[in-house]
Amino acid sequence: MTATTNESSSAVAPVEEITLTIDGLDVSVPKGTLVIRAAETVGIQIPRFCDHPLLKPAGACRQCLVDVATPDREGNLRAMPKPQASCTIEATPGMVVNTQHTSPVAEKAQRGQIEFLLVNHPLDCPVCDKGGECPLQNQAMSNGAATSRFVDIKRTFPKPIKISTQILLDRDRCILCQRCTRFSDEIAGDPFIDLQGRGGGEPGGHGHGLPAQQIGRFDEAILEYTPSGEQAPNETQRTDDVVGPYGQAGVLSSVAGSIGAALEDTSGRPFASYFSGNTVQICPVGALTSAAYRFRSRPFDLVSTPSIAEHDACGSAIRVDHRRGVVMRRLAGDDPAVNEEWITDKDRFAFAWQTSPDVLTAPLVRDEETGELVPTSWSEAIALAAEGLRKALDGAGAAALPGGRLTLEDAYAWSKFTRVALGTNDVDFRARVHSAEEADFLASRVAGAGMDVIFGDLERAPRVLLVGLEPEEEAGTIFLRLRKGMLAGRVRVTTIAPLATRGSTKLRAEVVRTAPGDEPAVLDALAGLTDAAGTSSGDLSELKAALAEPGTVVLAGERLAGVPGALSALDRLLTATGARFAWVPRRAGDRGAVEVGLLPGLLPGGRPTAEAEARVDVAGVWGVGTLPAAPGRDLTGILDATTSGEIDALLVGGIDLADLPSPADAEVALAAAGFVVQLEVRRSAVTQHADVVLPIAPSAHKSGTFLNWEGRPRPFGQVFTTSALTDSRVLGMLADALEVDLGTRTLEEIHRELAEFDGWEGPRTAAPSVPAAPAPALEAGQARLATWRLMLDSGRGQDGEPHLAGTAYRPVALLSPATATALGIAEGGRVRVSGAEGDIVLPVLPTPMGDDVVWLPQHSPGSSVYRTLGVTAGAAVRLAAVDAEVAR
Amino acid sequence: MAEQGKGKKPAPGKGRGQGRPAQPKRPAAGRTPARTAGTSTGKAPAKAARPRVEKFDVDSDVSKSGLAQFFAPVAGFGVTMSTLFRPVVTEQYPFEKKPTAPRYHGRHQLNRHPDGLERCIGCELCAWACPADAIYVEAGNNTPEAQYSPGERYGKVYQINYLRCIFCGLCIEACPTRALTMTNDFELAGTTREGMIFDKDTLLAPIRSGMLAAPHPMVAGLSDADYYRGDVTGPTTEQVAWVSDRRPDDESLESAAAAAARGATGDGK
Ligand code: SF4
Ligand code: SF4
Ligand code: SF4
Ligand code: FES
Repeated sequence: MTATTNESSSAVAPVEEITLTIDGLDVSVPKGTLVIRAAETVGIQIPRFCDHPLLKPAGACRQCLVDVATPDREGNLRAMPKPQASCTIEATPGMVVNTQHTSPVAEKAQRGQIEFLLVNHPLDCPVCDKGGECPLQNQAMSNGAATSRFVDIKRTFPKPIKISTQILLDRDRCILCQRCTRFSDEIAGDPFIDLQGRGGGEPGGHGHGLPAQQIGRFDEAILEYTPSGEQAPNETQRTDDVVGPYGQAGVLSSVAGSIGAALEDTSGRPFASYFSGNTVQICPVGALTSAAYRFRSRPFDLVSTPSIAEHDACGSAIRVDHRRGVVMRRLAGDDPAVNEEWITDKDRFAFAWQTSPDVLTAPLVRDEETGELVPTSWSEAIALAAEGLRKALDGAGAAALPGGRLTLEDAYAWSKFTRVALGTNDVDFRARVHSAEEADFLASRVAGAGMDVIFGDLERAPRVLLVGLEPEEEAGTIFLRLRKGMLAGRVRVTTIAPLATRGSTKLRAEVVRTAPGDEPAVLDALAGLTDAAGTSSGDLSELKAALAEPGTVVLAGERLAGVPGALSALDRLLTATGARFAWVPRRAGDRGAVEVGLLPGLLPGGRPTAEAEARVDVAGVWGVGTLPAAPGRDLTGILDATTSGEIDALLVGGIDLADLPSPADAEVALAAAGFVVQLEVRRSAVTQHADVVLPIAPSAHKSGTFLNWEGRPRPFGQVFTTSALTDSRVLGMLADALEVDLGTRTLEEIHRELAEFDGWEGPRTAAPSVPAAPAPALEAGQARLATWRLMLDSGRGQDGEPHLAGTAYRPVALLSPATATALGIAEGGRVRVSGAEGDIVLPVLPTPMGDDVVWLPQHSPGSSVYRTLGVTAGAAVRLAAVDAEVAR
Repeated sequence: MAEQGKGKKPAPGKGRGQGRPAQPKRPAAGRTPARTAGTSTGKAPAKAARPRVEKFDVDSDVSKSGLAQFFAPVAGFGVTMSTLFRPVVTEQYPFEKKPTAPRYHGRHQLNRHPDGLERCIGCELCAWACPADAIYVEAGNNTPEAQYSPGERYGKVYQINYLRCIFCGLCIEACPTRALTMTNDFELAGTTREGMIFDKDTLLAPIRSGMLAAPHPMVAGLSDADYYRGDVTGPTTEQVAWVSDRRPDDESLESAAAAAARGATGDGK
């Protein structure tokens, strides 16, 4: 953590302290503190439902009533005539608060309020997923009456409602605390659910022309809303996978009446939210539940382990709950410095991949006769792998492709193994679009840079510039922080992107509309190196001035590597403006891999391989004579060299071929490789080419540390104690068989060694200076391809989660209305996008964007750009309307 | 205490002084009296009994009359002889089985509603209540095509481990639907550990005459709460029709159809 960051922000004037009395205790709190929170500081718990420390006060549930008296101008204590909601009232000097512990009035008010809340509550705790961890259940026991005086018929609604394929709503249980709607509004910014018919009538009837007050989506059929008052509302649609208390089928929400292709999810509903699971967690009753955890267990069954989410580079804190060796659910952990109390739905729901049927459990080797992969013992597999590698080392040599999902410790073992045991610098963690320019940029700007920009800065920086990064899709926690800062009026977000996405709209971001490939020109213009008029992006002078302000933060995504010259231009911009910078990759292991030198030109701690001094330094720590000095090859170089026979053996880690810029070339290289050792959790497309497959523990079965994009170590512990091995253990065994001592048997050993790499003061890799590529000449009917990955897509990490998959965006192609018209694509029509190797056909959504650009989801169902088209972002692709006949 | 106990057993003669409250030989530290008192509650009777046992020693007792002395060797058979002519109390189990007390805590049973739906809703409250951690429940999601119990949820997996169960009945008290009760069946022996874990197929009550085998829809118009209130007294013709549509060979159909025809359950509220 850099000192500058935090001191500058905490150097604000100290907040005035005030003193009040709560239950006879003197309490000093900063001015502006809510009474309910002031009471917490002295251990007095006031019951509450709607209050949530990260949401604005609402005073919706009235459960937190306390007796309050404040001094008047003369200093005489004046009691307020009625009990007050302590979650909405700020503590004032001299205030005297009596909670349920000391005031019979407050106690009675709270007891009465619980009774009110339970009037219409179905009391169906035995069938409710929240039972056992329910604030309503608990507080009814601790602060409620044992019996209810209510004898009439309760208000009921048809239920459960499937708001999305994942989220189920039971309106009977809802106490209208509005935590969920405030979350949707204040935090995620999605029109996911809201309070409908405030102050309205009863179900089936309409008071004041309004349906009953309830939580939900605006769904005419469900609300029985008749705009004209004459026409009967649509029939509600029913689902066949849940039933309500009458055995009737559950209600499908928002499926009738489409609101347009762009905002639809794959189940045909309006897209809900990437953060919807948080509402389930904060709902203080069982009104919101998830399909994934429906009826799966009870809190007393569960063993909870704090952990770190593995899906993106944010390193969000999570809690993994398991029952008898099976993970039942994941919840958001509470880490104010990183994810606060929110996580993405992907982090929450996508964990089934760790137990999918293709998880490897035993080492596999090729049967000598059939050539099939057959399970074998570890000792045999290691011996065979070592033999194959040794043969390759005697021949043309071996290279390593570790992938970007490793823990810091495992990445370190890969780095050391490659240099010490394989004796090469042919190693590259990047299993995605990459370039030599990027490697240099990472080596000069990211490796060994420690923590500079942190999450907290994202809600304080006056201006945040995003380049090649779509935070909502690629780093959800960054999105939430930026939005928090934006809503607080502190942060302005500007994004250099081809179009205004829904995420940037929610950030109220200014979009510097830039065709893919034009980023270097815009960045240079912003740096004042060229004339802004030369770009297509309009007036940049205001932004240019803003970037020079102190505190400005620039966030660049990994996608920028695909644009030649972009990172060079970014480096020039950073130098020119002095703006603070962070690189935001997509995978959990990427930042750690940079730190430990999983790049051809980089050794641990930002040491350049090319520097003799750096090699000596590292060789010293590793206790080896020398390190290979020859510059290594990057992923593409390694694959090409393998195809041409310059590399005999490949050691492959967690790589999905579909992520590679050219999956077809990778297949060819793997097939051509003399010997392939795969270290993987699950069978993958690489497995069929592997000669030895060594199973690796999925993250729930191991402990380790992820470095998130900030550079913050995010250590996590094992959820299950198993015999499954980590990469570092397996590489250690392999090294032993090669008669090399890797010294990576335990995490402690690795941490000790890693600590020795701190503080390199020698020369660093020079910043890249690559010229921008000229824009491709577009023929008629061609456009430049913009593409990036959506949070929920065809990624293998989301396998086995149909409920989650249903909440993903429906894949569409984005075109400007003019382009769509020019192509003759009518509303709802489809476009055929053709690249070098194939076509992708998707429905078109006309969107305000450049006329010469088409956007496709990079790896979604029906749109696997690299594999199908054989081109990457920025390439020219051909567009054609799909014949209506063909479409049918 | 532990010291005293240890010291005494191997050498009762030598250490005697220690245990005797009457003549504490050792000048006691402050707490000794309390200690001794505490210890002696358990031990004093045994000590005092020792001399009395000697009194009954036939050989050494010279105070008895001649006849008594003559019969002394077989005197113990008196009890035997007199019992010989009393009625036999031995139970000829397992050849003759006797009913237990009506509230005997025997093997559990998962009951059904009169229309054949399962009562258990998979709430796990029994598992929660169980002090021996003998119960394992996994709930399932009822669907329109597979409704096993009234309402949203049913017990998909239900296991009781009879190697753990202590037959305390706390699970019965916890069950909110009276799904779980105990039968009088006490013959719970087995030769394997796995065999002592009873599954739902063993625990679930059999389909009685007039019941319709689950899954099938609930009685139309009635909610799970109505089921618990006992408003359902048998299957309806609708339910029977549903099952005969989908499972025409279901064995329970015949008697259920008859029960439905008798109109056991009214047509809703
Ligand atoms: S659904 Fe839950 S969080 Fe939302 S208003 Fe109702 S009780 Fe509150
Ligand atoms: S009878 Fe007691 S020990 Fe046996 S299953 Fe029930 S609660 Fe557990
Ligand atoms: S037997 Fe009763 S307590 Fe146990 S899960 Fe079933 S309904 Fe719940
Ligand atoms: S917690 Fe104060 S009104 Fe809800």
